[in-house]
Amino acid sequence: MILILVLGPLLWPVPIDEIDFSAQMDGPSLAHPLGTDDLGQDLLSRMIYGGRISMAVGIAAMLVAVIVGVFIGAVAGTARGSIDMGLMWLCDLFLSLPQLPLLLLIIYLFQPTLRKWVGPEVGTFVLIVAVIGGFRWMSIARLVRAQFFSLREKEFVEAARALGASTLRQVVRHILPNAVGPVIVAGTIEVANAIIAESTLSFLGLGFPPDIPSWGRILYDAKDYLDVAPHWALFAGGAIFLAVMSINYIGDGLRDALDPRQVI
Amino acid sequence: MAEALLDIRGLKTHFKTDDGMVRAVDGVDLTISRGETLSVVGESGCGKTVTAMTILKLIAMPPGKIVEGRILWKGRDLVPLDAGEMRHIRGREIGIIFQEPMTALNPVYPVGEQIAEVVRAHQDVNRREAMDRAVEMLRLVHVPAAERRVRDYPHQLSGGMRQRVMIAMALVCSPELLIADEPTTALDVTVQAQILDLLQEMKSRFGMAIMLITHAMGVVAEVAQRVAVMYAGRVVEEAPAEALFARPLHPYTQGLIRSIPRLDSENGKKRRLDTITGSVPSLLNPPPGCRFAPRCAFAIAACTREGPELRTIEGDHKVACILY
Amino acid sequence: MSEPLLRVRNLVKNFPVRGGVFAEASEVVHAVDDVSFEIDAGETMGLVGESGCGKSTTGRCVLRLIEPTAGEIWFEGRNVTRLKGKALSMLRRNMQIIFQDPYASLNPRMAAGAIIGEALTIHKLAKTRAQFDDRVVELLQLVGLNADHLRRYPHEFSGGQRQRIGIARALAVSPRLIVCDEPVSALDVSIQAQIVNLLADLQEEFRLAYLFIAHDLAVVRHISTRVAVMYLGRIVELAPAEELYGNPRHPYTEALLSAVPTPDPTARRQRIRLEGEIPNSIHPPPGCCFHTQCPIRELPLCSVERPPLKQTTQGHWLACHLRS
Repeated sequence: MILILVLGPLLWPVPIDEIDFSAQMDGPSLAHPLGTDDLGQDLLSRMIYGGRISMAVGIAAMLVAVIVGVFIGAVAGTARGSIDMGLMWLCDLFLSLPQLPLLLLIIYLFQPTLRKWVGPEVGTFVLIVAVIGGFRWMSIARLVRAQFFSLREKEFVEAARALGASTLRQVVRHILPNAVGPVIVAGTIEVANAIIAESTLSFLGLGFPPDIPSWGRILYDAKDYLDVAPHWALFAGGAIFLAVMSINYIGDGLRDALDPRQVI
Repeated sequence: MAEALLDIRGLKTHFKTDDGMVRAVDGVDLTISRGETLSVVGESGCGKTVTAMTILKLIAMPPGKIVEGRILWKGRDLVPLDAGEMRHIRGREIGIIFQEPMTALNPVYPVGEQIAEVVRAHQDVNRREAMDRAVEMLRLVHVPAAERRVRDYPHQLSGGMRQRVMIAMALVCSPELLIADEPTTALDVTVQAQILDLLQEMKSRFGMAIMLITHAMGVVAEVAQRVAVMYAGRVVEEAPAEALFARPLHPYTQGLIRSIPRLDSENGKKRRLDTITGSVPSLLNPPPGCRFAPRCAFAIAACTREGPELRTIEGDHKVACILY
Repeated sequence: MSEPLLRVRNLVKNFPVRGGVFAEASEVVHAVDDVSFEIDAGETMGLVGESGCGKSTTGRCVLRLIEPTAGEIWFEGRNVTRLKGKALSMLRRNMQIIFQDPYASLNPRMAAGAIIGEALTIHKLAKTRAQFDDRVVELLQLVGLNADHLRRYPHEFSGGQRQRIGIARALAVSPRLIVCDEPVSALDVSIQAQIVNLLADLQEEFRLAYLFIAHDLAVVRHISTRVAVMYLGRIVELAPAEELYGNPRHPYTEALLSAVPTPDPTARRQRIRLEGEIPNSIHPPPGCCFHTQCPIRELPLCSVERPPLKQTTQGHWLACHLRS
């Protein structure tokens, strides 16, 4: 699937926004293997393009969540005491915020501004990534913090201390590399979550603008024509489903691959 | 010769792993007679624990598998028995105690409950009676204030106490054989002494046979009547305890006994301990022929061709070595 | 008589006991309760005792891995108890530690070469990559491994080999004192012998001093010049090794020695049983810490006043009202 997304446009050169009214809402055919939408635009190329967008959003949001989460978790896990308490309070705060309404609110408030600054596509992209990632760092932070607590007491960390390693060195060289196992697995799950979140947002009309065919956006457009052109929604929805499943599968595989030797 | 209570013949237990077939137990013969204490000795990876767990079929059957052999318990082969039939044997006819009392006891139930559970599983008694038996057993294993302690949770007891509880659990239905897998390794030396004394006392009271698995030769010398030495999945020597220590025949046994630091004055003077060079072979691809050959000072070419059989040399003393 | 390499004076370490979510730490575990001893360059001080006696904590306090609550530590004539920062880092080059668990003491994600060489990087002891590699290979060879092992990861090594890596790591800074915290307890008997011999050889070659912490009395005897016996955070007896084993004077030492099983079935030892309540280190008994279990407790003084550690004969220190 990843291959298709990456190489797609090279293989299927039909432009995504070639409007062809004569071919409105056709079912799958040779010229258009996945059919067309209400403007006659080829669905396959839109799907491929959209897939790249969704993947990009997913990965970027995951990176935001992971970087923020690891940093906060590491600081909390190392410092303990009041810094830890403070950070965990922050974590709890974020966890108790109602995500979806806030998401909608933030997008509603900031979308126009961002669009003006960096242009519609990039603006929306940044906003969505920041918002999705910003609401998902907490579980990673907790994970990392828990790992830190258990790893601090391990003898090889004590050995590093005995050798004279500074706290920073202990954290970066010894604790972090051993803490990231579960984080990687959580990360892949986050990608899946982010894709779904983005799809939800776009489906609600708050994501990407109409000409950017992210999968959620495609669904948004397709929902009004379900009885006439079911293939439209089916392919988009199916793609989301397949993507999430394969990502979770990869996550499981990663967990197994990283586990036996490196488990402490 | 006393009738054999447990007779293991040619046992092979192999484990399927990603790296291949681990031949943990690869052709083991052992017998235990009624009321006798047999100690199975060897270092880590020799297969002694796997042997014990195989007797009671406590091995996870994938990935483990009893590839060959018979386990005759009072004349009846245990290998083909199914789970239901094994359950009747476990606890009632053969008891087992493990090395780590903390992990072998369930932390969320009081110890009395856990002992009573064994009783109820095998005998048709009500809760009251089962609990009475539990208290009785705790008294028997010298747990002070048994009536109170019966309600304690495992974490409230010390290591030695927990091991006593394990012994009580294993013996409450008066089994004829007790398998003790490294029962004192995790305990302090003074507590270890107490537990070993307790086992001897239980043995004289109940008359059961004991299969004591350990890597500590000192413990073996104190407790065992007969000893079987295992190396890399096979038995290499078997003899009455005194004969084994006085005149060990197999080079591995000799090396093992020589490398033990001792408290008695002779050896204590030396600063260097005798060692066995090299390390235990992998059980994935054991060396052909005698598995100890690569480390053996007396090895000859024939040793790597054929695995020597366990043969009786004199009286009860058996060795698996080409030298004899 | 030259200055001892290490001098520990009145070392105390207390750990707070958590009394619930909001409660202040009202109680303390008296892990180390006024311990004093000295170690000369090139000698081995054995520190024995059962679990909970405070020997591991003492070792870590000496190294400042745990901060002492009170007391003083002098190294090469300098008071190092409260060193910080750069000075503490310098101290780390003189005193190192080897751990008990060969599986937990090596970072599973670092190759052997990196583990051993880390100290070189921290203390900037190697100016070029070539120097670094040379030194690491040198260290590997010192402990009986070779250059092939540089890039392998801990899980590819056996327990004994990992322990060797741990030793190489400690040697990297060319320390003068190494605290060995149960370095062979987790190893098989034949491997124990190899490692003990290695430690003895290294001691001779580099004139290292060891603080050898263990619960296995026989092993300690083999490598120690002098031995201290700890009980409930206090030293109860301290003497040259042969003297302690041949002529133990403290009742606890006697009980400990009699409890060790000997690998000789014909020896019948008279075991001293310890009865009585096991004291706990949160509320240590008044007076002598051992009096609740002592078989010869005769003086009323025993339960009132703590016996001081006094010299009886040359070099033989004892804390007992009755015997000294």
